[in-house]
Amino acid sequence: MIHGILGIWNYWIVIILMMTGLFIVISRHNLVKKMVGLTIFQTSVFLFYISLGKVQGGTAPILTGIKETLYSNPLPHVLILTAIVVGVATTALGLALILRIKNEFGTIEENEIAAINTKENSQ
Amino acid sequence: MIENLAIENNLPALQVVVPLLLAPIAALLTVPFLSWLVAMAGALFCLYSSITLFLKVSSGGTINYYMGGWLPPYGIEYVIDGASSFMIVIISFMGLIATIYAYTSLKFEISKNSQSKVYGMWLLALGGLLGLVTTGDAFNLFVFLEISSLSSVTLVALGANKDKRALTAAFNYLLIGAVGATFYVIGVGLLYSVTGTLNIADLTIKLSELSDNNAVKAGVSFIIIGLMVKAAIYPLHIWLPAAYTFAPTAVSVLLTATATKAALYVLARILFTLLSNADEFTHIILQWVFLPASIIAIFFGTIRAIYENDIKKLLAFSSLSQIGYITIGLSLGTASGIMASFIHIANHSMMKAALFMGIGSISILSNQRVKLNSLQGLGQSMPITSICLTIVILSLLGLPLTIGFISKIFLLKAVFNHGNWPVLFIIVLTSFLAMGYAWKLIEQIWMKEPNENSIKFIEKPSLYIPMIVLAFLNIVLGIYTFPVVNGALKSSEAIFWKVLS
Amino acid sequence: MFETNLIAIALLSPLIVALFTLIFKNSKNLRDSLGFIGALISFYASIKISIGVLNHQSQSLFLFHLFKNLEFSFNVTPLGAIFGLVCSGLWILAAIYSVGYMRGNNEKKQTRFYSFYALSIFGALCVAWSSNLLLLFIFYEFLTFATYPLVAHKETEQSLKASRLYLGILVGSSLLFFLPAIIWVWYSTGTLNFVHGGILTNSFNPGYAPILLMLFIFGIGKAAIMPLHWWLPAAMVAPTPVSALLHAVAVVKAGVFSILMVCCYIFGIDFISETNSSNILIWIACFTILMSSIIAIQKDDLKARLAYSTVSQLSYIVLGGLIATQYSVIGSSMHIMMHAVGKITLFFCAGAIYVGAHLTKISQLDGTGKKIPIIYIAFAIGALSIIGIPPMGGSWSKFYLMMGAAQSMLTVVIIILIISSVLNAFYLLEPVFRAFYNLPKENIEFKVPQLVTIPIIASTGLIILLFFFYSPLLSLSMMVVK
Repeated sequence: MIHGILGIWNYWIVIILMMTGLFIVISRHNLVKKMVGLTIFQTSVFLFYISLGKVQGGTAPILTGIKETLYSNPLPHVLILTAIVVGVATTALGLALILRIKNEFGTIEENEIAAINTKENSQ
Repeated sequence: MIENLAIENNLPALQVVVPLLLAPIAALLTVPFLSWLVAMAGALFCLYSSITLFLKVSSGGTINYYMGGWLPPYGIEYVIDGASSFMIVIISFMGLIATIYAYTSLKFEISKNSQSKVYGMWLLALGGLLGLVTTGDAFNLFVFLEISSLSSVTLVALGANKDKRALTAAFNYLLIGAVGATFYVIGVGLLYSVTGTLNIADLTIKLSELSDNNAVKAGVSFIIIGLMVKAAIYPLHIWLPAAYTFAPTAVSVLLTATATKAALYVLARILFTLLSNADEFTHIILQWVFLPASIIAIFFGTIRAIYENDIKKLLAFSSLSQIGYITIGLSLGTASGIMASFIHIANHSMMKAALFMGIGSISILSNQRVKLNSLQGLGQSMPITSICLTIVILSLLGLPLTIGFISKIFLLKAVFNHGNWPVLFIIVLTSFLAMGYAWKLIEQIWMKEPNENSIKFIEKPSLYIPMIVLAFLNIVLGIYTFPVVNGALKSSEAIFWKVLS
Repeated sequence: MFETNLIAIALLSPLIVALFTLIFKNSKNLRDSLGFIGALISFYASIKISIGVLNHQSQSLFLFHLFKNLEFSFNVTPLGAIFGLVCSGLWILAAIYSVGYMRGNNEKKQTRFYSFYALSIFGALCVAWSSNLLLLFIFYEFLTFATYPLVAHKETEQSLKASRLYLGILVGSSLLFFLPAIIWVWYSTGTLNFVHGGILTNSFNPGYAPILLMLFIFGIGKAAIMPLHWWLPAAMVAPTPVSALLHAVAVVKAGVFSILMVCCYIFGIDFISETNSSNILIWIACFTILMSSIIAIQKDDLKARLAYSTVSQLSYIVLGGLIATQYSVIGSSMHIMMHAVGKITLFFCAGAIYVGAHLTKISQLDGTGKKIPIIYIAFAIGALSIIGIPPMGGSWSKFYLMMGAAQSMLTVVIIILIISSVLNAFYLLEPVFRAFYNLPKENIEFKVPQLVTIPIIASTGLIILLFFFYSPLLSLSMMVVK
């Protein structure tokens, strides 16, 4: 039974990272920290895919000259490359937005921004 | 070889590629008018190609386009069948109307040196949405999901010129959209780990034997939750009110007409095509997730709209309740329900876009947020806009001879077929409640005299002509119902592979 | 071929009037006379159509297909012919009257008024001649919205509140009950066409028939069955031409007409009797008749009293349809016309009193009979018609309704009809007696425009005429049940 639980150790790591990332996104007020949480969340998904593609005894899916090499599944790696790019774009956009928010609101704490909004719009 | 390069044969790909290619061109041009022309060119091409594809498919058959000639399940394929062709026609047409409207409205709402770049983002969003509905590969869908999301976020953020709350709205949209998309990826990963394929058609075949597998159930659940974010289904709708309210008007028009609808289409695909042999599981999702979520969405949207003073926010909440109607149609799980949903997808795009255009014109010409009392006496100061707004509001209420009535009738008939009396009652009750907010608008426009708070401006043709077109369609398509109803019928046949119930 | 175009002529006429009123809004005399001309054209076409129906020639106009087996087409049933005659004929009188009233009162927003007035007539005529239930529903809703600007005409806070109640009850009832009932019929029988004898007989579960009928009766809010009657007294804030034509003739008659169509051409009177669908509903209708008469007695405001009288009379017509015997349906069909002519006379007089001296309460009318005797005589004749006394037209319809109640051996109904007639006498003749026999409180001068008096005399003459010249109406009514 312990073998069963420990045998899926990659899934445990993925889940822990995923939940950590989500928790940070939800609970932290600081916008940059939210982005960090989002990145952690996305990274956990990358790990998930890659660990899915691992073939026991297989090496990295890069062609060597040797004929009988056992490779891990290259498809997840390709998918993750795409997803990483998407993640980078998301992070870049998010950080750009945070920069604008800092310029306009003067703060990047979510609760302070909400306070500014309610103050300005109740006047 | 030569005919492989012909335009007609490559339309499914060009549909998506042309806007994406034109986007950087539009962004790099420094004169806003030229960028707008590039955007118009892209939108016109998309409309042409979508109508061509729709006509090709409606006479029979599906077009399976293999990207780069690689056969599935290894290559990525684009599938144009009854449902996706209907969707691309809707998206292209509404995209074109929004682009025409954008010319004047963006001039007022965005600073001059950003205007060219806006059209670049605009084309990216359009291309992303078109790809979202035509692709036949699950991971490719994620890519387009993110392309359309990120460009939508940027477009929403551009409203910061007028109201800085657009920035927080965009940021929240970004966060929750990214979380949703990542959920989708997790789901796809789980499905891939079980079946070994990413092609949607192939997945359908492989999943038909695996419907009891827990990994499959988990994967599908993740996918559905991820898509529910993009489709703004309660309770994952939180980004929508702020995003629609503070975005520039043309962006609200584009997003309301296309973005959520594309996600709803993908949901329908997943639920009914992908899972066409997993009856029990689909049934659980539909009955315990979609149905309650839709009902709550309808009530929440309508009641919240009744008490809202800011008109754009009122329209956003109204959109939420209308999305609830669409998902009720889906949750019935019958072919007539899907048909009713598709009819409402098409009709609601036309109605909401016209409403946002009208309210946007008022806010543009007056340079302030439109509140309820800004509309006072509008019937005398801006007659054309008022008449169009009235027609569309009556359509939203379901006045007979308009498209809103057609959606209502088909939805009620579908619910009736299913025998679900409480839902029928809820639908008619909430339609009646919708008068609470809709009639306030009409009273303010026509039954009051203008005072100093109300707006007196000369209407601009470039702002009201797209609205006249949509208001006109609201009535014409409500009488000559064939195009929309037939398209929806073909869509439901394409999606719902079972015997019609 | 020429007959088909008659429907088109009759329907296009009010539409064109509505449009031209907007176009010619600046030339007052032209704009105001458009209604009269349009009404003449519509009425002429209506008469020809009715003669055609009497001669068993089918009158229909097909436009296009709406859904699978539903057409957007018009087909004149005998009942539809009656209602069409009522609307278009009384429009002539109302058109003259409105000009006199609006000018006499110096009302604002007259263009909007005339335009939507014509649109409402269009809606009512379309309801009259619809060939299927869905089309009737479409124009029924259209009528609600077309009459909204007329009810809210004065744009005061009170008018806006009243019009919200008006819309709320009518749209609410039609969405919550009428529309589901239509879909239920559509789902069960696959069609919604009006067929002589009904379409439900073999395709609808008889056990559910009472529920379906109840949905229809409460869904058709324009028939003002209690407790959905509140909109009628509230709508009296509208100017009197609106109350006269629309709330005594077009709107409320569209409601009871729809109920009669449902009873005769969807259910079929045999189906109703066989399935005992209307037992409870008969009591509700009787309750409405009595209760509204009792409330009417207590009202001092003249228009409010007339409004409750209308509520009561409408339930007579609904009762006739629910009792579902030959005589009762004949009585109901005839009462559509008799009550319309009588009520419009009463409302015209009430409006004339208001235009003349701004009096709205019955207590203010003491002794004013000598100043405007013609008006009060007209009021008396209209009242007698409603009460059902010969030689006024209303006596015929009352007679047939009582016969119908006797035919179904519902003695209680007969008693209720008699009691309500007595109550009618009380509250409808009181203003006349007070005007002629009481001493005036103060010296009031009346300035009633001629354009207001002429239609009153005309409609009074019509009441008496209909007593003697009743046979075409009777023949049409009989064709409904044969």
